[in-house]
Amino acid sequence: MRPAMQNIAKSSFNNCLRLSKPSVQRSVIAFSQQSRSTSSKPNYEGHVPLSWFQTGLLTVGSAFMAITNPRRGDMVAALGETTAGPSLSWLRDQMLGSAEGRKILKERPRVNSSTVSMDQLAQLPDGTLGKAYVTWLERCGVTPDTREPVHYIEDPELAYVMQRYRECHDFYHCICNMPVNVESELALKWFEFANLGLPMTGLAALFGPLRLTPQKRARLFSEYVPWALKCGGSAKSLITVYWEERWTQNVEDIKKELGIWDAPPARWSRPLSEAKEAAERRARQASEGASNLKTPNA
Amino acid sequence: MLSSSTKQALRLGSRFSRPATHIARASCARASTSAPSNPPSPEQPRTTSFGFRTVPEDAKESLVKEVFDSVASNYDLMNDATSFGVHRLWKDSFVSGLKPGRKGPMKCIDVAGGTGDIALRILDHAREKYYDRETTVDIADINAEMLKEGYRRFKKTMYHNTPQVAFHEANAQEMSKFPDNSYDLYTIAFGIRNCTSIPAVLKEAHRILKPGGTFACLEFSRVTNPVLNSLYDQYSFSVIPVMGTVLAGDSASYQYLVESIRKFPPQPEFAQMIRDAGFATGKHEEGGAWTDLWGGIACIHKGVKL
Repeated sequence: MRPAMQNIAKSSFNNCLRLSKPSVQRSVIAFSQQSRSTSSKPNYEGHVPLSWFQTGLLTVGSAFMAITNPRRGDMVAALGETTAGPSLSWLRDQMLGSAEGRKILKERPRVNSSTVSMDQLAQLPDGTLGKAYVTWLERCGVTPDTREPVHYIEDPELAYVMQRYRECHDFYHCICNMPVNVESELALKWFEFANLGLPMTGLAALFGPLRLTPQKRARLFSEYVPWALKCGGSAKSLITVYWEERWTQNVEDIKKELGIWDAPPARWSRPLSEAKEAAERRARQASEGASNLKTPNA
Repeated sequence: MLSSSTKQALRLGSRFSRPATHIARASCARASTSAPSNPPSPEQPRTTSFGFRTVPEDAKESLVKEVFDSVASNYDLMNDATSFGVHRLWKDSFVSGLKPGRKGPMKCIDVAGGTGDIALRILDHAREKYYDRETTVDIADINAEMLKEGYRRFKKTMYHNTPQVAFHEANAQEMSKFPDNSYDLYTIAFGIRNCTSIPAVLKEAHRILKPGGTFACLEFSRVTNPVLNSLYDQYSFSVIPVMGTVLAGDSASYQYLVESIRKFPPQPEFAQMIRDAGFATGKHEEGGAWTDLWGGIACIHKGVKL
């Protein structure tokens, strides 16, 4: 049971408390490799086939865990997958309806630090999407490597659509110019619900505010939610946007094209330590790799 | 260079003895296991079962270690959740059937006793039923994380920092630091199926028990009733891994635990293994050498060293 996967659990719900859980990545690989209660084979890497009964149990359990302990990013992800239902097909059809979306489905790009070169993006001129994205990542102290992979969706293409949604979440942050605190995450969930219609975003939008203080909740509903519903509802479906081909485009132009305008000003706090930790981990692995190379042969 | 588990053990104070695991692994007995293993050849290593997987014998110990490192912090919660609290009834039955302290203070050893459930029950039973405060329990476990949990739990009890309880990191198959003929009672609850070689564990148990001492094992076993068995299987394979995912974020460990139950020898076979190690048991039937609990979901095996 060796951890082989790059991506680890991330809370897309409460990003103030991003934590990684190594046991999750190891456990899921092992689970999909070992015998399962259903005799079906996995349809893609990381797929964990469940019977309808297990899916129901997981839905209830993950809903309970997600609301009581939002740090459990894997549970938020699991709830998203078990409640997705027909919404993923609907999103896939939207992607098929646009040339850009079709290209995404064909090429299936992934967003993590090995597919997206942060150094190159940092060198782009100010005002471009690439530069804005890297700046936003640094300002919030987060990294694209902490997304939980999809496990509980049957169809591989729909699993990809779900994965794409998860990985593009940070782009939505960037394009709407929102930080990663709880209020902004919830505002973005309302936005995503209006724009994409995933049931999980709706659940988060409804139940998430229960965890806010009354003042923050009041601000959320008076300022952010109207913006989210108006902007998200009228904007182009963001799942069809091929962000990786638009690095050099001007951010304002993209926003005009998609029909997005900035959210009400948000509270930006200190950067999280997630990105720093990930960088340190990478540096440690790199130095271990280098020292292994230097070891003389016996 | 000390491993982190060793450092942890030393940090936790004098109650923890010097860990024997690194020595234990090297001298781990290579007796045959209950699972079907490949015939040994010069090139091919001996294999054993790890749940439904077949793994090299050397690997099982570290795989099991990973499982228990992972489950340690949630162990008690998961026990309660997956058995709906019934494991407490089983453990109560197990200990009260042993009547520790009835014939005076006893030196007990609870092997694979990590979180201290059995040890605590032994000490409480001796104290409450027989007014005995001299009975001692040595808790031995191969996994430092589990011992840490046990030590933490014992802090809530009156036995913390008393001579009545001691924690030892030790491999059940290789307990050379425990002298021959030194214990009145040897218990192992829900631990023996995780050991690589059951005969080696039984041999060590026989060695460290005094003549007249009791060997008692509580373990998951085979359910005889086919209807109950089918329901039990369904529950084990459908529900428990999902519970593991939800409660502990770890389905694979619970998948292993559920599979390892199926690989454990059935009651008559295990009773014979106990006899082969030199113990005297009751009659070779249910109610004699073994007692089924809840239809065989759990089972108590006992033997006496002559």
